[in-house]
Amino acid sequence: MGYTLNYSVIFNNLGFFIEGAIATLQLAMTSILLGLLLGILGALGRTSGNRILNSVAVAYVEFFRNTPFLIQLFFFYFGFSSVGLRMTSWQAAVLALAINFGAYSTEIVRAGIEGIGKGQIEAGMALGLNKMQIFRRIVLVPALGNIYPSLVSQIVIAILFTSVVSQISAEELTFVGSYLQSRTFRSFEIYFFISLLYLVIVWIVKLSAYLIQRRFFGFMRYVR
Amino acid sequence: MQDFTLTNITYSLLLATRWTIVLSLIAFAGGGLVGFLLMLMRISPLTWVRVPSVVYIEFFQGTPLIMQLFLVFFGISVLFQINLSAWEAATIALTTYTSAFLADIWRGSIEAIPSGQWEAARALGLNYFKQLRRIILPQAVKMSVPPTVGFAVQVVKGTSLASVIGFVELTRSAASISNVTFQPFLVFSIAAVIYFCLCFPLSLLSKRLESQFVFE
Repeated sequence: MGYTLNYSVIFNNLGFFIEGAIATLQLAMTSILLGLLLGILGALGRTSGNRILNSVAVAYVEFFRNTPFLIQLFFFYFGFSSVGLRMTSWQAAVLALAINFGAYSTEIVRAGIEGIGKGQIEAGMALGLNKMQIFRRIVLVPALGNIYPSLVSQIVIAILFTSVVSQISAEELTFVGSYLQSRTFRSFEIYFFISLLYLVIVWIVKLSAYLIQRRFFGFMRYVR
Repeated sequence: MQDFTLTNITYSLLLATRWTIVLSLIAFAGGGLVGFLLMLMRISPLTWVRVPSVVYIEFFQGTPLIMQLFLVFFGISVLFQINLSAWEAATIALTTYTSAFLADIWRGSIEAIPSGQWEAARALGLNYFKQLRRIILPQAVKMSVPPTVGFAVQVVKGTSLASVIGFVELTRSAASISNVTFQPFLVFSIAAVIYFCLCFPLSLLSKRLESQFVFE
């Protein structure tokens, strides 16, 4: 008896899949924005010249980049709740994803900041710009342009990693798949379809990233 | 008998670490082999050779590793009516995952070789494979070592996801021990430290190789 593919399970549960995909996008967006904030703070610590701030940032980055995300997630969800800090699975998921993304983006943002020549900052001072203006116009925007490609690939990785939070029963796309699989046993159809949904999400993100790059950092091509 | 001391927990976790290491080595060796073939296909001048590798790389880089594990473990076993063990499924999924990324890393180093090198090799009368083997690869390999070592860290961390299909390695055994001892904070901390000891030296090595390369 061979196995015949039956995709009706997809069509019958399309609503579930869409809800799951939206949840995944919400999860990704929240945690990436929070993580980016952490990354900027971390990068400021790394480049501050203050030895203590620098070591704290280094420890943060190296610890979270050299341990698996699943362990970090379990640590936040099960570990913290055992010492009295209870979180819902969704909160733990956002926290773990944000902190993980923050570690990666710290290094990316730092590379961007260090890529800005000292002479440029001095030129800004000579023009009489204040500290905030120098940071925004001379450090931040060109640095963003420099780091944009690596940031986008890290964002794509972060989106794919949201699937891991299904393991603490946070209800996103992968969780929907496991739930439907356990009820219908149509595992190949369901997981294949979900893989395609992730692929589509990734493509949309990459395409919009390309369009944004052309719109906002297009000027940088001429600088190089 | 149910006496879990700190030493006990650490010892059990270290025993499970063996399987993390074995799975990482298998995935890296298998992924390297498949990845090399994929890379050859990817840089081929022939479209019909190139397209399958592009699709393969795009699929495995654009979908979550967890989904690939599910597809192999649950999907393939119902589709072909064969029972894959967690071992086999984890090996297959991690190999395909690793190969897609390594192929892309290596393609990058090959494309970084100036095209003049290809042209010079052709001018010497070498055929395509000789150009590749004698002129291009020796230069590209040097360049590809740091990112390859860096990716090894991702592979070690990736093996933790094999726990979701029931493969007993470090993460799985940490989860089971924490279920019995009710000490998730302690158990996952130890597991994290063990992973860190596996991954951090690789990260350092990758960074050092990279800086050596720059100063050369």
